[in-house]
Amino acid sequence: MVKMKKVLMCGNEALAEAAIRAGCRFYAGYPITPQNEIPAYMSKRMPEAGGVFIQSESELAAINMVFGSSLTGTRAMTSSSSPGVSLKQEGISYLAACELPAIIVNIMRGGPGLGNIGPSQSDYFQAVKGGGHGDYHMIVIAPASCQEMADLTMLSFDLADKYRMPVMILGDGILGQMMEPVEFKAGTKPEIKKDWILDGCKGRKPRVIKSLILKEAELEKFNLKLQKKYDQIKDKEQRCEVLHGDNSEIMLVAYGTPSRICRSVVENLRKKGKKIGMIRPITLWPFPEKEFKELAKNVKSFLVVEMNCGQMIEDVKLSIDCARPVHFYGRTGGEIPSEDEIIKAVENY
Amino acid sequence: MDKIFEKPESIRNVGTHYCPGCGHGIVHRVICEVVDDLGIREELIGIAPVGCAVIAYDYWDFDVTEAAHGRVPAVATGIKRSLPDRIVFGYQGDGDLGAIGTAEIIHAANRGENITIIFVNNTVYGMTGGQMAPTTLLKQKTATTPSGREQKIHGFPLKVCELLSVLPGVVYAERVTVHSPQNILKAKKAIKKAFENQIKGLGFSIVEVLSPCPTYLGLSPKDAIKFVGEELTKEYPLKVFKDIT
Repeated sequence: MVKMKKVLMCGNEALAEAAIRAGCRFYAGYPITPQNEIPAYMSKRMPEAGGVFIQSESELAAINMVFGSSLTGTRAMTSSSSPGVSLKQEGISYLAACELPAIIVNIMRGGPGLGNIGPSQSDYFQAVKGGGHGDYHMIVIAPASCQEMADLTMLSFDLADKYRMPVMILGDGILGQMMEPVEFKAGTKPEIKKDWILDGCKGRKPRVIKSLILKEAELEKFNLKLQKKYDQIKDKEQRCEVLHGDNSEIMLVAYGTPSRICRSVVENLRKKGKKIGMIRPITLWPFPEKEFKELAKNVKSFLVVEMNCGQMIEDVKLSIDCARPVHFYGRTGGEIPSEDEIIKAVENY
Repeated sequence: MDKIFEKPESIRNVGTHYCPGCGHGIVHRVICEVVDDLGIREELIGIAPVGCAVIAYDYWDFDVTEAAHGRVPAVATGIKRSLPDRIVFGYQGDGDLGAIGTAEIIHAANRGENITIIFVNNTVYGMTGGQMAPTTLLKQKTATTPSGREQKIHGFPLKVCELLSVLPGVVYAERVTVHSPQNILKAKKAIKKAFENQIKGLGFSIVEVLSPCPTYLGLSPKDAIKFVGEELTKEYPLKVFKDIT
């Protein structure tokens, strides 16, 4: 393989380019800060790649265009930021119900309401606990660098196709905006036979893709089938990065931008002899429960650092059945926790 | 013996769930006759709406999906742009197209999406129990306008063909009815043209079909037909609003 050169790109552009390289050929979106580089990049690159770019009239329209494109077997994506992602929830529920693969990018900003355009992680609950109506899940992927914005986007398309379901890439405003060198790896598009698509019934029986299931007990049966798929994903797709998992007394828990700050905290406190490590969930759903359970055997306590008022902390507690103290430090409303603040929090517990 | 009447190939040989005297069954059949006539069944993707016609996929014998309420034109856009050589049509009711999905229909029309929309206007929400629709006539009684629709409270009946025909992206907009055999033939002609336009790649076509809903008009099937022919057509004149094909 020819070694590709590293290019300096912002996270949003790295994500968009990776999507194209992963075979995404349909993008629809509506402008909202801080993710505007994605549609701008797509508007230029998608026609070059022979794909479709549409600036839609709303986020509702965008997600439903993605629904339409996905059911033809096309790799399709939409992106937005927090308020816009709230609008997409209807469509996400329908994608989940119709078992259609799609990528939904949320470059989170401060909320609730219109909030601000600062980086945030306050849509964690919405992303991992449902967001839309009904018994469903999305796979939720949390990159922490521009390189991961690229790599994990490619992975997301594969997971979406493999499990026939929507996958959310959950980043924050900093990850979208900051620039880092990125190296694009060759796409690994697996040969997944899409024998369920609608493309006209030539040579086969007509197909229906729908989510209305009216007959008695049929919807329960279907929902249980979905749950079985989710169980399989929980078993096979948990991903995380662990620093000093074997000899830490206190473990920081962070994803996305806070995990970068926590990394520095770990390095600096380790130099001072503190037995501290970090676990960084990469899949927020499925949550890396297995690793947490392992860590809980030796670690004395956990400190969860988030850019919100404490959302992921609930999953940490659940994962370890509250077997260890789980503390929290967070900043909200578009503010970023500083290294000093986190160190102070570590010293307090 | 010559066969002079038969079930279109594109319609399944099943009974429908529609109420006696409902117009949906007629519109479904007319679409299927057109699909057969044009020989497009195997390259067709239909989109059922939310509302009484949501189960259309049980009656149409070709590829069908079902959109969230009002989102038919957005779903159609996604399908057609991804498979430009297939034929894509959306089937929408008055609540779906004229209320919850107004943004989607206006923008799909304004983009000039090369799709066909069949818009069934029966002036009520049938599936949910006969509530006021955007197209409900003034003074018409519904479940949510017990004393009749009042302009001061509920606004005016929405004129969809009139509204869309001013958009440059729309190549064809016609209003028809299915309240008599003669009009059903005219409706078929309009629907056929709306599909032909797409086949020729001309752009966005819409056919609005006035249709009886005896159950929620509170009329017998016979009187509902009369209501469509005599009352509805006054508010919603039958005509070609636009044809730049």
